[in-house]
Amino acid sequence: MSEILVLVEHVEGQVKKVTLELLTLARTLGTPSAVWAGPGYSAEAQAKLAEHGAEKVYVADSADISDYVVAPKAELLAQLVSEKSPAAVLVAATAEAKEIAGRLAIKIDSGVLTDAVGVGDGLVADQSIFGGGVNVHSRVTKGTPIIAVRPNATPVEAAAGAGTEERVSVTVSDAARAARVVERVKEEKGARPELTEAAIVVSGGRGVGSAENFAVIERLADSLGAAVGASRAATDAGWYPHQFQVGQTGKTVSPQLYIAAGISGAIQHRAGMQTAKTIVAVNKDPEAPIFELADFGVVGDLHQVVPQLTDEISKRK
Amino acid sequence: MNIVVCVKQVPDTATERKLRSDDKTIDRDAADGVINELCEYAVEEALRLKEAHGGEVTVLTMGPDKASDTIRKALAMGADKAVHLVDDALHGSDALGTSYALAQTLRKIGFDLVVLGSESTDARTGVLAAMLAERLGVPQLTFANKVEVDGSAITVQRVTDYGYDRVEASLPAVVSVVEKINEPRYPSFKGIMAAKKKPVEKLGVADAEIDAAQVGLAGSWSEVADFAVAPPRAAGTVVKDEGDGGVKAADFLASKKFV
Repeated sequence: MSEILVLVEHVEGQVKKVTLELLTLARTLGTPSAVWAGPGYSAEAQAKLAEHGAEKVYVADSADISDYVVAPKAELLAQLVSEKSPAAVLVAATAEAKEIAGRLAIKIDSGVLTDAVGVGDGLVADQSIFGGGVNVHSRVTKGTPIIAVRPNATPVEAAAGAGTEERVSVTVSDAARAARVVERVKEEKGARPELTEAAIVVSGGRGVGSAENFAVIERLADSLGAAVGASRAATDAGWYPHQFQVGQTGKTVSPQLYIAAGISGAIQHRAGMQTAKTIVAVNKDPEAPIFELADFGVVGDLHQVVPQLTDEISKRK
Repeated sequence: MNIVVCVKQVPDTATERKLRSDDKTIDRDAADGVINELCEYAVEEALRLKEAHGGEVTVLTMGPDKASDTIRKALAMGADKAVHLVDDALHGSDALGTSYALAQTLRKIGFDLVVLGSESTDARTGVLAAMLAERLGVPQLTFANKVEVDGSAITVQRVTDYGYDRVEASLPAVVSVVEKINEPRYPSFKGIMAAKKKPVEKLGVADAEIDAAQVGLAGSWSEVADFAVAPPRAAGTVVKDEGDGGVKAADFLASKKFV
């Protein structure tokens, strides 16, 4: 079977769920090899990657790989593509990994596809465009296909691989040292999962009414182990921080379950959440377009419905 | 400082957007063309940098004739002049082809700083700024929510999942901006009138020394194999809250094994 490189997403040494999804997907396309770039690698990480099918784990864990913006990781992947001649490179469709994919594409003169929600035979990617209005099959026609796959596109399944560690010696070029990260600032986000990778997202919109009232949304999210999102109306009003905005000019999420509370469902918002597998909406306006998307909708006041839902979930645990 | 701000005309997201059945590219005639929203933030940031540090703001766009409306909008906001890369040979270029064509043009017209929006609402790849940095061999300062220039030093806050990274580099550089970096100004009546007299240089592929074999639909590195209008989502159940809406929603979540 041909080798498929999977760029590992990790934070503080922990492999992120999206990488396990990508390894699961890569097993249907060939033999996955994980690529670890940057510090934090451990035997525990290696074991996790092996459990999900990585035959090899390429490790380049020097600090300077992540001390500069994007370019060193693209160089590392370009070196591996040249040495290993894989059939494809998969990365997560995160803002940074897409940029890595973009720079890699130029380095290895290969096509790149972004925001795939599935990859099938012949490395044909499924994409959902125009806010979910059109489904596209696309493919790379030159070079080694590079595909950025959205989180939650593939359910994680474990299947042991050898997980053989192979150290990669990489020299970050001067050109890749042009933009240096001098400080990383972590903003408090509590224990909630990351918005773009969460399996469940609970979002609040104009109907929430105030910053204080977002506590109602947060409590529902916490009862489900979900991330919190917000519509543009809510972030523009200053009720919730802008980095949690789901929509056309904010984050795109593709969770298993999306709960929209007090969100009308304008195209601006739909573009960011329409590929969610299951959608639940609570809105007092029965004509709100969000109900056209919802698998289950409640026409009512979210300030009544959402706390009741939260209590019910807690009771049933 | 010679600032070039790249802008893109996109189909209005408020209208129904389509792909063309003949060559599977975006149907730019079916919908009104508007300036990509994040490009307005890029224009505003370029204007603010010019106001603080002096210099000139040039608008660069690649697109068909009708993209001249988008150029006028950026000029009306206050940019000084524009370059319109327009050539039938460019039609259907993918991100690699587009980045190549823009990089060739940027080399030709020169720049200290290139500013872009971080993503377009039509293709939504979010890779163009990174690709331009790669092709031009200059620092990539992307997803910025703050930009500071001091002489030839440039510092940005790069938005990340956990907060932001402070990133330093030297000019020349490529910057892409996120929403909320600023509040884009509305063109004034005076600005709109002045924009009509500002110079717009039209360049074709030969003028910008672009190899036509590396752009356009045929030159692209990827293709749309086929596409279909997404089937509407199966109609769901909508209930009116009679005091038990939360319980019913919990029942639904339980039926789907989320609870």
